[in-house]
Amino acid sequence: MYVRPELVSSSQLTIVKGGIVMSNAVADSGQKSHADEVKRLERREGWKRRLPILPALIFTIVVTQIPFLFTLFYSLTDWRLDKPEPREFIGVENYGSLPGDKFFRDAAWISVQMTVMAVLLSLIVGTLLAILLDRKFFGQGFVRTLLITPFLVMPVVAGFMWKTQMFGATFGILNWILNLFGFESIEFATKYPLASVVVVLVWQWSPFMMLIVLAGLQGQDTSVLEAARVDGATSFGIFRQITFPQLRPFLELGTLLGAIYLIQVYDHIEVIVGGQPGAKNLPFYIAQRSIGGGNRFGLASSYSIIVVIASIIIANIGLRVLSGLLEDDS
Amino acid sequence: MAMFTRAPKAEPILGQNRVVHHLLSLLTWIIGLLFFFPLFWLTLNGFKEESVANGDPVLFFDPTLDRFSEVTEANAGLLSFAEAFGNSFWIVLASTALAMVLAVPAAYALAIRPMRKWRDVLFFFISTKFLPIVGIIMPIWIIARDLNLLGTRTVLIVLYTAMNLPLAVWMLRSFFAEVPKELIEAAQIDGCSLMGQIRQVILPIVAPGLAATALLCVIFAWNEFFFAVQLNPTGASTIPVWVNSQQKFQGQFLAGLSAASVLATLPVVIAGWFAQKRMIRGLAMGAIK
Repeated sequence: MYVRPELVSSSQLTIVKGGIVMSNAVADSGQKSHADEVKRLERREGWKRRLPILPALIFTIVVTQIPFLFTLFYSLTDWRLDKPEPREFIGVENYGSLPGDKFFRDAAWISVQMTVMAVLLSLIVGTLLAILLDRKFFGQGFVRTLLITPFLVMPVVAGFMWKTQMFGATFGILNWILNLFGFESIEFATKYPLASVVVVLVWQWSPFMMLIVLAGLQGQDTSVLEAARVDGATSFGIFRQITFPQLRPFLELGTLLGAIYLIQVYDHIEVIVGGQPGAKNLPFYIAQRSIGGGNRFGLASSYSIIVVIASIIIANIGLRVLSGLLEDDS
Repeated sequence: MAMFTRAPKAEPILGQNRVVHHLLSLLTWIIGLLFFFPLFWLTLNGFKEESVANGDPVLFFDPTLDRFSEVTEANAGLLSFAEAFGNSFWIVLASTALAMVLAVPAAYALAIRPMRKWRDVLFFFISTKFLPIVGIIMPIWIIARDLNLLGTRTVLIVLYTAMNLPLAVWMLRSFFAEVPKELIEAAQIDGCSLMGQIRQVILPIVAPGLAATALLCVIFAWNEFFFAVQLNPTGASTIPVWVNSQQKFQGQFLAGLSAASVLATLPVVIAGWFAQKRMIRGLAMGAIK
């Protein structure tokens, strides 16, 4: 490491001050100022290291954290965009009305069901697909590409495609198959709105889970597997005792990333069921009651805060998982 | 024993038996084709006449490109394909570039010359992804309205940058962490300047990771619908909003909507096919490594 010019000049200064006969006191003060210098330089070095991250940090805070404070403020007011009267501070009144709000309760319950079902099912399907793909066979790469594609599809397109061409009662393939076997057509998206949305979500997110699990399977320590096999372990035993524990961080990562995105689903609901009841989750309901035409900014903001608090709880659990993943790293 | 002289081969979990192996391969093929089938069917419908698409499912028909030319035709007063494509193109390009410009130095500060408490900072970035968009959409709408930004490309560029930044920082950190410290030290000893180190040592190693990260940003920005429809329902709107507008309330539109969907999906699907392996390595291995 090179010596900074400031450091050189300041220590030279000490020597000049001390003169030829350097008394103890002067030497002490020289040491002291030297220690100060080191501290100052350390601080400078700290800032030098921090500097590159500042633009990203400031941008993120301005665009995501500050608006959140606004939402918090709105939630304590009776603000309606469609009424001219000035907004008034009403404390936690909005929050008090939440438990009695049936629509809010419904939306919250649907959010929970939708997220849990979509995450769990995609994880299960994705893991099974990964295990099937983790073998050498003809066309392995091609089949993997086929399986990945749903994840790349625009949610709006995925929703519309399933709604009309798969679920649809008039020209949906599923109903065509039902009719083939002599069953009546079912308008899936109307009759089973929640299940319909979950099916499309699982179709899109299983490939994502599959890829994460596949990365885990292919990163396994092969010598351990070989040793277990030499010792006469069965395939299932190896999976349960060696593969699964090694896969755990990947399964946790998949759950975490899946939950982050799936808790916020909006596009699929908009396209598949639109304004109909039965599959409106909280994000959809909040948008509907505020900027989507409801104009109840104060009330809707209190819903948002509840969603954020619920997400923070999930996030805390998730981040603990992540910190476990980063533990060995330094 | 010969067994130990060759490198141990990864043994699959399933399929010791030959017959079982072939059956499982067949099963994997069938599942793969089933997963892809809706997209295959969508593409097929895009080449049909409306009357054919709105009838019983048929596999063989006279393919036509008419639907593609119909949906891309500009109609006065409606969002046209060319307009939406232009908006999407510039918004995606600018937001991805901005996200990368912000994320690369951040990843450097997290991985190569880690600052103090870098873990906390990384967690902060990731935790912003847990903040549901609905938690901030109202103030953003109000601020955008007051700044006269509703219906402009600018508002979506800023929001998509913020949306992709945590993911970009997360992925890039893992790619940067793979640069051997010894290489950087060797370059320092050789008197290589900081810019020189970045250009000659770090960039060549992380370039594939940069490409994969940028691509993931492109995919998420290209597919984003919520912000686009809430903030830009009319002006400067993007491809997802255009596709959604192809659902008509009267008449037959299935084939036309299918053609529109194919046009909207194709760029990102093709890009994803090429980058699949690397994208996942960045997402998954980055967390573990």
